[in-house]
Amino acid sequence: MAKEAFFTSSIGRKLLVGLTGLFLISFLVVHVGINSTILINDNGETFNTAAYFMSHNWVIRVMEIGLLAGLLIHIAMTLKLYFDNKAKRPVAYAVIDGKANSKWYSRSMALLGTLLLIFLVLHMSDFWLHTKKAVYITHENENPFEEVKEAMTKWYILIPYLLGFFSLGFHLLHGFPSAFQTLGLNHKKYTPMINAAGTAFSVVVPGLFGAIALALYFGLVK
Amino acid sequence: MEHYNMNLNLKVWRQKNKNDKGSLVDYKVSGISSEMSFLEMIDVLNEKLVADGKDEPIAFDHDCREGICGMCSMYINGRPHGPWAGTTTCQLHMRAFKDGDTIVIEPWRAKAFPVIKDLVVDRTAFDRIIQAGGYISVNTGNAVDANAIPIPKDDADKAFAAAACIGCGACVAACKNASAMLFVSAKVSQLALLPQGKPEAQKRVLDMVAQMDKEGFGSCTNTGACEAECPKEISLENIARLNREFTSASIMSEE
Repeated sequence: MAKEAFFTSSIGRKLLVGLTGLFLISFLVVHVGINSTILINDNGETFNTAAYFMSHNWVIRVMEIGLLAGLLIHIAMTLKLYFDNKAKRPVAYAVIDGKANSKWYSRSMALLGTLLLIFLVLHMSDFWLHTKKAVYITHENENPFEEVKEAMTKWYILIPYLLGFFSLGFHLLHGFPSAFQTLGLNHKKYTPMINAAGTAFSVVVPGLFGAIALALYFGLVK
Repeated sequence: MEHYNMNLNLKVWRQKNKNDKGSLVDYKVSGISSEMSFLEMIDVLNEKLVADGKDEPIAFDHDCREGICGMCSMYINGRPHGPWAGTTTCQLHMRAFKDGDTIVIEPWRAKAFPVIKDLVVDRTAFDRIIQAGGYISVNTGNAVDANAIPIPKDDADKAFAAAACIGCGACVAACKNASAMLFVSAKVSQLALLPQGKPEAQKRVLDMVAQMDKEGFGSCTNTGACEAECPKEISLENIARLNREFTSASIMSEE
């Protein structure tokens, strides 16, 4: 097979989705780690230090570009696969008993991913754009903790965020183990461990994001 | 289990030929025995259709009626081969249904499996995938001693389990993407696991995947529907092996 054909083959495309998915998962670890410092309840001191480090560091800037590239490849490949796959069954079944053979979230990755993308646009315009403006244009003193707190005390921001975390949880519940399967890592001994780790990750990470948002909303963290 | 008779409402896909649009047609069958196979129930309906002379009998694929040939292919109430796990349509028995049930019967739906007539689909795409590399080249001559090459028991067992695939296409029918990866992975695995398959392993997987893509099957998204519906219970482990074989062959290949 010619070199250029690998990433246009069905398996090559899947591999790109899996690899970028795992890369995005690694970013979530950093993000949830930093956010969790809010729960220390020290008036946001640790969180602001971490946020300052993240927004004033050229190494992180380079990684940010990599993250954006990873996200764009993930989105482009999954959209391509979604529409290609849809075209592979031009006449639909009259009756489909989906629940008999697979989980609803494994069949709804495109929908969950789209919800996540909508959430991401909302989330970036709430915080990321704001921070970029403060750092590069207005040079104001930032207090990310106060910003987050202010946003999360508004119900109309909190609810879309909670829905975003819900989508993230189910997207991960299928995506995490699925990425390993796509990489060809299926083993009698290790696959149950990967699946368990995937389930734990899908509950703990969105759960922590949600707990932080709710803690701020109910004023448990000041 | 106690024997009983039942009356059923059937909705069967009727399509005159591959260019016809086709539609679901309602039929009523009565006095169906719980001990009949699903295909025998269709036989009863067909005999009635012939006797009545109003409608042509329903065209459907079948051959051995023993669950081993892979010819029968009905999508029954939203599931390939119907409600029983690890069972082909011919081995599905009417005791799976109750008196008064409505049963919807459709052909496999996939771009790569065009409908020829009624419930019969063209599955020669699978033949072309096998022709692309699903074999080993063997020199003629004396038969070689069966145990001349030692093979680990685990590998032999896994190859045998993969070789159980009867190529019926239920994996494609079940998959929301109409992906043939469970079939292709079983055919790649049964040879890749054994020493006899090693010399051509790289070329085999590259050619078979290329043919699979060319035939118009979709990509796997790991929902696991194929494994759940496969009458021979072929494992998803084979798809992981296919991914592995294909990726490493793509990297290592010098072409």
